Amino acid sequence: MRMVLRLAWLEGKLLLREPITLVFVLVLPVVMMIVMCGVFGNEVEVEDDGQVFFMGVGATDYYMGAYVAVVVAALGLINLPTHLATYRERGVLRRFEASSISRWSLLWAHTLIMIVLSGIGATLVVVTAKLIYDPTDPASPGLLILGFLLAAATFAAFGTLLGVLMPTARAAQGIGIMLWFVMFMLGGVGPPPEVLPDAMGAVGEATPLLHAVRLLQGTWLGTGWDWGRAGILVGILVASLGLTALVMRLRSAR
Amino acid sequence: MLAVTAVIQVDDLHKSYGATRAVDGVSFQVERGEIFGILGPNGAGKTTSVECLQGLRHPDSGTLRILGLDPAHDVREVKRRIGSQLQESALPDRIKVWEALELFASAVPGASDWEGLLDDWGLTAKRNATYASLSGGQKQRLLVALSLVNSPEIVFLDEMTTGMDPLARRVAWGLIERIRDRGATVILVTHFMDEAERLCDRIAVVSSGKVVALGSPEELRREHGGATLVRFSAKIGDGGFLKKIKDVTAVRIDGESVEIEGTGAVAVSVAAALAAKGLAPVDFEVARASLEDVYLLLTGDTGDGSDESPVEEAP
Repeated sequence: MRMVLRLAWLEGKLLLREPITLVFVLVLPVVMMIVMCGVFGNEVEVEDDGQVFFMGVGATDYYMGAYVAVVVAALGLINLPTHLATYRERGVLRRFEASSISRWSLLWAHTLIMIVLSGIGATLVVVTAKLIYDPTDPASPGLLILGFLLAAATFAAFGTLLGVLMPTARAAQGIGIMLWFVMFMLGGVGPPPEVLPDAMGAVGEATPLLHAVRLLQGTWLGTGWDWGRAGILVGILVASLGLTALVMRLRSAR
Repeated sequence: MLAVTAVIQVDDLHKSYGATRAVDGVSFQVERGEIFGILGPNGAGKTTSVECLQGLRHPDSGTLRILGLDPAHDVREVKRRIGSQLQESALPDRIKVWEALELFASAVPGASDWEGLLDDWGLTAKRNATYASLSGGQKQRLLVALSLVNSPEIVFLDEMTTGMDPLARRVAWGLIERIRDRGATVILVTHFMDEAERLCDRIAVVSSGKVVALGSPEELRREHGGATLVRFSAKIGDGGFLKKIKDVTAVRIDGESVEIEGTGAVAVSVAAALAAKGLAPVDFEVARASLEDVYLLLTGDTGDGSDESPVEEAP
């Protein structure tokens, strides 16, 4: 545990020495949020035929929980796997492995860093929104934080799995960005989910991002803690951890 | 069979990657306090063998003992007691020299004083430099220094002087001897012949996954180096008196130039015989096989094309 904190502290310092790598994943969600909320406003819109958009709430309120989840997904799908794959490709993991520092310490340290960065990114999104659009305050801040932590842990585990699976940093980055875009477009944070064709909606429903988005929206909009979605996230979290452990076991037995 | 002083015992080690036999029945043992060289071309199985010893890879078959431990099962204990400078490893670009040393030292209880290592390896001036800003040789020196933070009993140095300029290599050689003088055993994986000859007490020459020769540099030259050649110019007629010398195996005379082939201390015997006849050729020279000749002879193309391994690539 001491080693995990020490590594996380060191990794934090390394990140600050090269802050440019963070700009994309921390600033992009803010920019997207500004655009989406600016385009759709915060009026509840009902079409003449009774069709509602954004689950019947204002778009700005709808996007709050959603963009907290976007930050988590960007860090977990793009930053973390690319970073880990770079370490493996360049022999940094080997160097650590040959010393008395365990691989797991390094992975936990990166998980910790990712959760902290997610917190910073989410705060940026929420504070910017508050300053520009003044959305409704979250209904259950405690549950919102809990949901955020669960989403961050899930994406950290999923990103770690991608990072240990991908053969090179380029592969990790390519796959990460692709997954992120698919989830972004279909996972309830881009166009209003009601306008998606059924097939696309179904794909969106299958992405981890949508579950995180709905869980966080529930806590923000006051519809409560969505046990089903939370359960799915826990499932992804556990499966990712298990598969990561399996991959590392197989690798070390080579 | 196991000598009490052996710190490493390798018996019939096998390791394949798919259809490639990277290590195909390697056996050797290393005594405490030795500098033991593992010499061989790229892809000969050197790195795979030492990685099995370090617990980084699991052998397919064979018995490994390092400090009395089985590296496949007692990885933690092995890692605590050995130091490894790995081929093709790196540190994060932005990490500073002192941060790396402090980090690695913090992982071992009772780690040696890393400030001293900074000094030993000529990195004091680079203390606050980032890893990415170091030259190739400085990076290597830092990686070696990192392998020593736990005061290891055995140190594995895998092509450590690759990337160092000639002066830095000489300095590194001196430090390797110092590591040994402090009581550690050193396993030196290299393909620099001068390095092996200068530093190693014993050398295992590895080719196509097998140990093809084992011994001190001198033994290797004696056993595998072939004849000693003596050349000089003198009027010696048919040279009959030379043919009678004990260690001489052949005499070739072409006008005044003479070439003698022989074994053992043939050069001294020939010189004595010439001196006895009042002959003192100024161009008298002796050619013995260098370790490099021996190496090329032993590892030359074996024709089976199997000495490629996925873990060792040509630099």
